[in-house]
Amino acid sequence: MKLLLKQIGRQWIFHLFIWPPLIMLIIFHYIPLIQGIRMSFQDFKPAKGFFGEQEWVGLENYRYLFSLPSFSEALINTLIISIIKIVLMIVVPVLIAVLLDEVSSKRLKKVIQTSITLPHFISWVLLAGIYINILSPSEGGINVLLNRLGLESIYFLGEGQFFKATIIITDVLKEFGFATIVYLATIANIDQAQYEAAEVDGATRFQRIRYITIPNMQMIIILMTVLSLGHVLNAGFDQVYNMINSAVTREGEILDTLIYKMGFTQFEYSLSTAANMFKSIVSLLLIGTAYLYAYKKHNYVVF
Amino acid sequence: MKRRRRHKKFDFSLLLINVFLLLLTLITIFPLINILAVSLSSSTMASQVIFLPKGFTLQSYAYIISNKAFWRAAGISILRIIAGPSVNLLFAIFPAYALSKSSRQFRGRTIYAWIFFLSTIFGGGVVPWFMMIRAAGLYNNFWGLIIPGAVAVGNIILLLNFFRQVPKELEEAAIMDGANHFRILLQIYLPVSKAAIATILLFSIVGHWNGWFDGMVLMKDPEKYPLQTYLQAVVVKQPQMSQSNVDWSVYDNISQKTTNAAQIFISILPMLIFYPFMQKYFVKGLVIGSVK
Repeated sequence: MKLLLKQIGRQWIFHLFIWPPLIMLIIFHYIPLIQGIRMSFQDFKPAKGFFGEQEWVGLENYRYLFSLPSFSEALINTLIISIIKIVLMIVVPVLIAVLLDEVSSKRLKKVIQTSITLPHFISWVLLAGIYINILSPSEGGINVLLNRLGLESIYFLGEGQFFKATIIITDVLKEFGFATIVYLATIANIDQAQYEAAEVDGATRFQRIRYITIPNMQMIIILMTVLSLGHVLNAGFDQVYNMINSAVTREGEILDTLIYKMGFTQFEYSLSTAANMFKSIVSLLLIGTAYLYAYKKHNYVVF
Repeated sequence: MKRRRRHKKFDFSLLLINVFLLLLTLITIFPLINILAVSLSSSTMASQVIFLPKGFTLQSYAYIISNKAFWRAAGISILRIIAGPSVNLLFAIFPAYALSKSSRQFRGRTIYAWIFFLSTIFGGGVVPWFMMIRAAGLYNNFWGLIIPGAVAVGNIILLLNFFRQVPKELEEAAIMDGANHFRILLQIYLPVSKAAIATILLFSIVGHWNGWFDGMVLMKDPEKYPLQTYLQAVVVKQPQMSQSNVDWSVYDNISQKTTNAAQIFISILPMLIFYPFMQKYFVKGLVIGSVK
């Protein structure tokens, strides 16, 4: 009896630990989620109150949304930008991790790793501020350099064809270092006996990488690819919002910036929410499938 | 880790790798070098700056030191990185501890874990999020930057995976001695989880220091903007609208470009100072927390 009470007593404290954050999560996440689902089927008028009685319009918001050219443009831009980002954010960090592992000077390795990871911790507001300066056609450092070499200025952020590429490259430069960490950790865990055997056999550096390092990384590479595919509708709000300008709206607008614009500058609350729900549901399906695959194939669990 | 590969003879491919990586490193941190150089240049030559300052001057910094709006925003951000991460930590260690238990020890653990996890992949979007915060009375209120994001689920997951690796024997011995879970958490789990705590604190501090979007949509008065929101308005938004309420022609050596650069660099500085110290912790915490 005493033991049983003790058992319940122990469980009680876990509930006590769980509920305060859970209540916060319900208030600031799950209530907005439910309201968001409702709003996307309503003609939402803020005057009637967030929890007030609103007019139901069925699928009207979604129908209108899918008929908007700006929506399909944003969707296509999002897919182009994020798919290229996903591919590069696998290839570049893997390559750099492999090369970085070859560096024999510990100090040099540390300096490189610290430096390339640093931009991850700097906000897109600041980096956008910097890049807008550097890439400016008239006064920017890059174009000054190009002009000095006798080349014409490039409107990196002002012309559609360059905008997407600029967005992708600057994002990879910011994030590849941080993404390298997990691959470096994988390489560090490879059984050293394999390398020693290769050494005895007289394998070259390239052969070592090709036949030991890469095969040992295969699983984590597949896993990271699958998991990142779930985020294919996130092309990077912080970055695009801060780097976009009116000259490249058509080529640069992504789903998230469009959703923000609809909601906060055009005050189309229901339309914005419908676009957001579309994105949320597609993302949920993708991420759910990705995690399921990762769990089934690689025994990957989040918690 | 054992050291491998001891090549005695000159290794050309290694040299090539080193040069390539150093070049890449230089490109990666070029924006930071450039902004520092611009901030230290005189306005007439700022547009020619690449790596080194031209017409070296500290006047942009002198101008910023007397810029009240900048320091007010910085003050708000400092308050934010004190309050925000504290709240985040408090709302991470307790649920992480409970969720790190097995279903046998804590019935319902899996359902709770799913409720927490689901919130990271399925949300209602930015408009209802905003309206909920306004309904909660946190619009145009400093706490609007802290409370809605109090529960950082990513941190909870990282910490709970770390807690799971704490040897069970420690806990069992403590229970034998009559310790309750509150004491076990504080006296056994937290001391051995310093790397994980440091990691989530770092993420939380960086997140709060860099947060700008919530400041932009939740604060009506510009005087309540945190630093990044202030900079977003001054450095990113304003040049795009090409309007500035300062007449720069009255100054000799500074311009909007150089003073903006100085403000950006000062805002990066805390990260630069802070980050190398934390790095050793977060690499450890990140790797242990994610590899199971």
